[in-house]
Amino acid sequence: MRGILLSFVVMLLSSITVANASEVYQFESHQEEQRFQDLTSELRCPKCQNQNIADSNSPISKDMRAEVYRMMEAGASDAEIVDALVARFGEFVRYKPQVEQRTILLWATPAIAVLGGLLVVAGVVIRSRRRGTEAPALTAEEKARADKILAELDRNRNA
Amino acid sequence: MRRFLLFLPLLIALVLGVVLFAGIGKDPTKLESALIGKPVPEFALQDLHDANRQVDQSLFRGKVQLLNVWGTWCPACRDEHDDLIWLAREKGVSIVGLNYKDSRDDALTWLNRLGDPYSASIYDPKGTLGFDLGVYGAPETFVIDASGVVRYRHVGVVDKTVWNDVLLPVINEARGNG
Repeated sequence: MRGILLSFVVMLLSSITVANASEVYQFESHQEEQRFQDLTSELRCPKCQNQNIADSNSPISKDMRAEVYRMMEAGASDAEIVDALVARFGEFVRYKPQVEQRTILLWATPAIAVLGGLLVVAGVVIRSRRRGTEAPALTAEEKARADKILAELDRNRNA
Repeated sequence: MRRFLLFLPLLIALVLGVVLFAGIGKDPTKLESALIGKPVPEFALQDLHDANRQVDQSLFRGKVQLLNVWGTWCPACRDEHDDLIWLAREKGVSIVGLNYKDSRDDALTWLNRLGDPYSASIYDPKGTLGFDLGVYGAPETFVIDASGVVRYRHVGVVDKTVWNDVLLPVINEARGNG
């Protein structure tokens, strides 16, 4: 079991080195390197189904990583870098799409779902409270019927 | 009110069904181009046939043209090549070729052997213009209007069906307005 686990870990690690084997980027500081990591992991590869450009081996991801590095070296801000790539490849490359008319439903859905849930809970609570106060009251007709049934039961028991 | 609540799950299922059904048959690898409505990016690259000649975005002035991105390394480009020749020769469509991430020798051999459908050929060995165009694979074909503005992008092979159903209507519209 441990052997299988170990070989799985080795497999995972080796795939990471392959992805970055052909390019070595030099960074002035650890922060810059972290920034590169963050930027490339929040951009989606346009060719792949769902992979960020940090992990993808596709040629287009390689080009995009190179562009991110080039722009970082040129002193561009994070927003400028992301915008430059969105201008070429579209909103798709953003894992976090901006709030606009086309994406408003995407952003609003969680809030709508929570609100809907709260409404249901509120409805259930209100209804159960109302039932709690109203249930004991029997109408005169019901009372008469209940008395009759109870009397009948008594009679049967005594017989 | 309670009656209505009974039908709520059905209503939700119906709405979900409609939304999901709309997604069926859509190819998730085909993305809308971010460049539609924008001019072809500026570039300065070598002519594929003549290394001493520079070409730039002025190639796309004056008439509605196709911009076809291809490479000898791309099998689907071989599939569409004969249809591109048909388009150029039979339909008189002006096609600008963008030789993408390829070697000049391979590209010229290919064109000599299979025929050259392109009215002009841009040599883009590093894929810089391709990158600016948002190309993420080949083949891709853009419709560029007479003022050099991108009108449409088709990802994948161009064949007679794609020409008739997709590209021709866009070109006709571009000709009308451009």
